[in-house]
Amino acid sequence: MDIFLQQIINGLVQGSIYALVALGYTMVYGIMGLINFAHGEVVMIGTLVSITVVGLLIGAGMPAGLAGLCGLVVAVLVCMGLGWSLERVAYRPLRGAPRLTPLITAIGMSIVLQNLAMILWGRNYLTFPPLLPKVSFELAGTHFTLVQVAIVAISAATMGGLLLLIYRTKLGMAMRATAQNPAVASLMGINANRVIAAAFVIGSALGALAGVMVGSYYEIAHYQMGFMLGLKAFTAAVLGGIGNLAGAMLGGVLLGIIEALGAGYIGDLTGGFLGSHYQDIFAFVVLIGVLMFKPSGLFGEKAGDRA
Amino acid sequence: MLEVTGLHVAYGGIQAVRSITFHVNEGETVALIGANGAGKTTTLKAIARLVDAAGGDVHFRGEKIVHAAPHDIVRKGIALVPEGRGVFPRLTVAENLRIGAFIRNDAVDIEKDLETIYGYFPRLREREDQLAGTLSGGEQQMLAIGRALMSRPKMLLLDEPSMGLAPIMVHKIFEVIRAVAAAGMTVLLIEQNARLALESSQRAYVMESGEITLNGASTALLHDPKVRAAYLGE
Repeated sequence: MDIFLQQIINGLVQGSIYALVALGYTMVYGIMGLINFAHGEVVMIGTLVSITVVGLLIGAGMPAGLAGLCGLVVAVLVCMGLGWSLERVAYRPLRGAPRLTPLITAIGMSIVLQNLAMILWGRNYLTFPPLLPKVSFELAGTHFTLVQVAIVAISAATMGGLLLLIYRTKLGMAMRATAQNPAVASLMGINANRVIAAAFVIGSALGALAGVMVGSYYEIAHYQMGFMLGLKAFTAAVLGGIGNLAGAMLGGVLLGIIEALGAGYIGDLTGGFLGSHYQDIFAFVVLIGVLMFKPSGLFGEKAGDRA
Repeated sequence: MLEVTGLHVAYGGIQAVRSITFHVNEGETVALIGANGAGKTTTLKAIARLVDAAGGDVHFRGEKIVHAAPHDIVRKGIALVPEGRGVFPRLTVAENLRIGAFIRNDAVDIEKDLETIYGYFPRLREREDQLAGTLSGGEQQMLAIGRALMSRPKMLLLDEPSMGLAPIMVHKIFEVIRAVAAAGMTVLLIEQNARLALESSQRAYVMESGEITLNGASTALLHDPKVRAAYLGE
């Protein structure tokens, strides 16, 4: 029972991060039907930029917490610019092209960004300086750290803010309208290019936040880290129903918990044959299962619903 | 107010609209009638810039708009109620109306206009918080017209407002269209129901296979033997 609760908590932390990244996939897909496979790399760039900034500031004598905040701000701004440029340079010229073309371009951009990061930050693992004091709490037989609490709290607050933005502001209304019917949205005076750019910029900002969280949670980063994280977040978006915001949030948290429980029990279930380092297979079992049995995901809209 | 000269529209080599010329004066209701596939919808879409013109010119209040960006058309004062209504199904009724006022920033007047629309269509007020996709066809048409009016247009383009609706709904909707026109709105109306269109307009153009073949005062066309035979089922 203790393991069970403990793994739920671990899964919630990891799942919050998946959810933030999954939102980036789902917002872009909802508005333009594109799976931006370079999104995982945007997250990775967010992590690496924050490592550099935090390292410099701590080296200059700034307290770790404040340096972390500055690192976060810089990473968010850099990733927003990166997301905006990706759309402008790689995807906008392909508007109206067959769907496969931008998809392949997205994979290409992902490779470009990985290599760019390798050139800038090298091939080695980088250590992420601890940003928060290593305090841990004990509750009902489970342990958790301050970093874990911060990740879940900040994710929840950010997602709440995103929902307010999408459901309570004019920009959000324009984004929802464009997702439902771009031609009629333009009749209302909504500039589709701006709405699409906004989806990329907002998604990338969430990705950067997730990147800083991953970095400070595992205290390690690498130019290839975006690949697996991106695939899992994409799985979370599909699980929730791609294009659906609440779906991405729930899908992320669920996937995190499934993975954590799987990792916690896989040893017992296979009599020690498979260990917890096989945890990655759960995400893909989930992906295959969703695609086979409910391709529209938990909250997915019918295919014909996208105008 | 609106002047279309020699407008050409082609879809993949097929000439949907062939060099048509017509105009709509300020405050006038003009009908464009014709059979299915005559090019009426394409003409409206070209004016609203949802499709590109292959040739010709469109001027609105003296300004050339044939190459304007689609999202700028409503800013110039033209609101299109598209064929099939095009309401946003997963926005509420109130949100659909508010997004009609997307280009406006005068919050107080937007609320006033919302009340005016609810006055025209009390049914919409009752369903204010319902998703538009759950409305009946007639209610969606009311919503689409209300949404277009929310931009405070100088000219309203209506694409088949009676399509697929029960007679009582058609009656209600045309009552509002006539009231809006009587209040001074310039209207370009496309209708397959030629009698309704001619009875609701001052002038009309008849389109056949992408060309305008006939035009004149609506009352005259109502009594024209060719129109009666081809479009009024007599």
